[in-house]
Amino acid sequence: MSLVDHLPILIIIIPLIAAPLCVLFDSAKASWLLALAACISSFIGSIKLLNTITLSGPISYSLGGWQPPWGIEYRLDLLSIILLLLLTSIASLVVLFARYSVEQEISKNRIVPFYATLLLAIAGLSGICISGDVFNLFVFLEISSIASYTLISLGKDRRALNAAFKYLVMGTIGATFILIGIGFLYMQTGTLNMQDLSERLPSLYDNRTIRAGFAFLTVGVCLKLALFPLHLWLPNAYAYAPSVVSAFLAATATKVAVYMLLRFLLTVFDFNFSLNTMPLDVILIALGSVAIVSSSLVAIFQVNLKRLLAYSSIAQLGYISLSIGLASKLGIASAIIHLFNHALMKGALFLALGAMIYKVGGAELKHCQGMLKRMPLTSLAIIIGGLSLIGIPGTAGFISKWSMINASLEAGLWPLALLILFGSLLAIIYVWKMVEAITLQPSTSTATAPLTRDEAPLTMLVPIWALVIANIYYGINTELTVSLAQRAANILVGGY
Amino acid sequence: MELSITLMLALLIVPLAVALTLPFFNSSPNLREAVTLLGSIVLLICAAMFYQTIDFENPPQLILAIPLPNYPILFSPDPLGIMFSLLVSTLWPITSLYAIGYMRQHKELNQTRFYCFFALSIAVTQAIALSGNMLTLFIFYEMLTLATFPLVTHAGSKQAKQAGRLYLGILMGTSIMFLLLATIWSANIAGTLAFQADGIFPADTDPLLLNILLLLFVFGTAKAALMPFHRWLPAAMVAPVPVSALLHAVAVVKAGVFTLLKVAIYLFGIDNISLLPAADFLAYLAGFTIVAASLIALKQDNIKARLAYSTIGQLSYIILGTMLATSSSIMGSSMHIVTHAFGKITLFFCAGAILLATHKTRVSELNGIGKQIPITLCCFTLAALSTIGLPPFAGMWSKWWLVQGTIESGQLILTASLLISSLLNLIYLLEIPLRAFFFQQSTTALTFKEPLSPHLLAIGTTTLLCLLLFLTPDPVYHLINLIDKGL
Repeated sequence: MSLVDHLPILIIIIPLIAAPLCVLFDSAKASWLLALAACISSFIGSIKLLNTITLSGPISYSLGGWQPPWGIEYRLDLLSIILLLLLTSIASLVVLFARYSVEQEISKNRIVPFYATLLLAIAGLSGICISGDVFNLFVFLEISSIASYTLISLGKDRRALNAAFKYLVMGTIGATFILIGIGFLYMQTGTLNMQDLSERLPSLYDNRTIRAGFAFLTVGVCLKLALFPLHLWLPNAYAYAPSVVSAFLAATATKVAVYMLLRFLLTVFDFNFSLNTMPLDVILIALGSVAIVSSSLVAIFQVNLKRLLAYSSIAQLGYISLSIGLASKLGIASAIIHLFNHALMKGALFLALGAMIYKVGGAELKHCQGMLKRMPLTSLAIIIGGLSLIGIPGTAGFISKWSMINASLEAGLWPLALLILFGSLLAIIYVWKMVEAITLQPSTSTATAPLTRDEAPLTMLVPIWALVIANIYYGINTELTVSLAQRAANILVGGY
Repeated sequence: MELSITLMLALLIVPLAVALTLPFFNSSPNLREAVTLLGSIVLLICAAMFYQTIDFENPPQLILAIPLPNYPILFSPDPLGIMFSLLVSTLWPITSLYAIGYMRQHKELNQTRFYCFFALSIAVTQAIALSGNMLTLFIFYEMLTLATFPLVTHAGSKQAKQAGRLYLGILMGTSIMFLLLATIWSANIAGTLAFQADGIFPADTDPLLLNILLLLFVFGTAKAALMPFHRWLPAAMVAPVPVSALLHAVAVVKAGVFTLLKVAIYLFGIDNISLLPAADFLAYLAGFTIVAASLIALKQDNIKARLAYSTIGQLSYIILGTMLATSSSIMGSSMHIVTHAFGKITLFFCAGAILLATHKTRVSELNGIGKQIPITLCCFTLAALSTIGLPPFAGMWSKWWLVQGTIESGQLILTASLLISSLLNLIYLLEIPLRAFFFQQSTTALTFKEPLSPHLLAIGTTTLLCLLLFLTPDPVYHLINLIDKGL
């Protein structure tokens, strides 16, 4: 076997090995470079894998040469590779951005452990996307979760500790639920391999243990996904974590949780059981709708922009769950599309706020005054990211909104279409709050010395603008997002 | 590349290029204004050449991108679009001329930003005019709101900020809530959004659904300022006068009624739309808006606010004609887009000139100023006559066809509303020259202060065009007849 055949495992191994190396080098700059190199090589690896998968279908990789179901199988299909691509690209950009931001926000002796932990989180999240074995998936979930608790607790604000602890408690409950669910499935089927499970489960769908396992899995995953009303850990975690961490988690962690949900619902179990036999479709639609309206309303009243975006994230996860709840191919496809696009917008917005914190010292409404003059490029990035969040045509957000509304109408549920649009109206309000604060002149009473241009350094601007341009690019050319998502949804839903 | 495609591309690129180059001339205002003027004249030439070369039987098509499978961003003009594009291209150089005089004399700040977004708005308007399907139209409809927003809030004052919120809230709120829904729903039903002469909906579509869609389309297009979504237009009057003149009397509002005409003719089909009860309801709502807006205009003391309400009424003429969907009423509606534009832009130009010369913004303050600025006020009177619909001005033709349309379809109440509003127009518009020329001012004697300036030149030109269009409306008729032929 050549090295290319080992790509699936390399993508996990690279960050996993880079993490201890960082600690060995014990130098901030060296660990930054190492982390950057690790992320970029993973990214290149995922592009290569994408090519292989689109050409010749899913890849199965047996760990250590042990054939599944005895050994652990890594299995990559279209959905995994979409997630992996998203994860590695965002990770590369975030690490590139991190250098100066981390220097300012994290105390010196913790910078090296920070990079090591970030790499562990990346390895864990990649592992979730690749693993074809439910227990192995749980292991990676724990790696990524513990790494994210640590990352959040590194925030400068002391409230970060509290937020991290809250997340730890909730996250552990979620993980435990997932483990119990996996245990129940194993008890009845005697296998942990996803392919095997999907073959053996259908004959056991009436079994109570299986149904209980299904419930545990769903609730556990929804806790990680921050589905309303299990979202309470999220706002504080995003608001008080270091800017880089907020950007990374917002763009990837919840998305991987959505991936887990889709994987469990549609691969391990099947479409008909999860969304028709079990009443999950109604539950997802109902909770998603409440999430959209309530979190958007709360977002409107936030003064801290990171918190505002955090609440908006909960609303966006509401859109995604609602789309899954539509229980149709179009619905699943639009959930995948929005998952991808939302990562782009939130990544751009959180990074831009990070640049603002780096230069201005905070990300509250009062810090915004005169931003347009002071940091024109960062401000423009916030404006475009915000427009994408609303779903203005020409941005990736529009494609998401279009597909979700189309899917609701296709399912004959026009009130949901109205609800999605109403959510956009609320988004206009909270986005415009930011835009107004940034663009309009400071009021005369608070105007101080004339503002001079003081833009963020290039290593920050490049990742921000890469994501902003991606937002526009995927609003115009949807070859990758829409068609891949539709193909992935077709595979997931199978013959239904 | 074919000549017509090149020219069509030029219509989009020229104003965009102007917008992108202007920031580099921030330090030299003369050069900056020269670029604007030059760009606008080049655009006019391109638009005229495009009109000459285009083959309506086989219009040029240009696909920019395909954001959604089956729904490309497509430019493919029809006679109505060409008419709108020509209209905006004609008025941009004139407005630029006016703006140069106005902005300098009024000592506005951030003029580069102003010209830049102005050019950008023109580019977006051209894209609306040339769009070949509803998705493209929707995309640029939204962008026009965003491109004009910085112009509305140009002053940066608290009042401007509030007006900006109202502007964005109503325009974007309705377009996202209703227009986007209607667009996606149509795509869902018909499987296409391309503009077709006999409509896109299959014959067996549920009539109830068609009624709902029509309501969504019309209420979603708040740029047409049909009540109850009209409040943004008076609010937008905080913008500098050239913006109110070209954008909020022509480009933005006409983009609204243009959208409605496109939807009625090319998505629903003229024959189908008159069968829908919703169309009747909307025609009556438009009739109500016509009378109500005229009554409100009567009570406005601020000149620009009065003109804004007058615009709301005039826009509803077009909506009314569109919803009746008879041959003459569509003719009247299409024509009214052009004739009202020339009249109203002149009125706004004059309001700005009055502000510059006398620093007065209220109708009640205008007593006796006729001696100071006779030329401006004469032009105002002539343009007012055109807006009212009296000969020998362009406004007469469109009103003629609209009234004929209401009579043809037997809706005599609507005929009455048109006539009553004409009467009200007469009162509230002519009050201004009457006060200026015949009322005496109590205080000190006034002197003539109307030196020849760029903005006066602009006023003269548009007034002349009102007259000219009465005498030779042939190009407009030519284009409108093509619409009638189903091209």
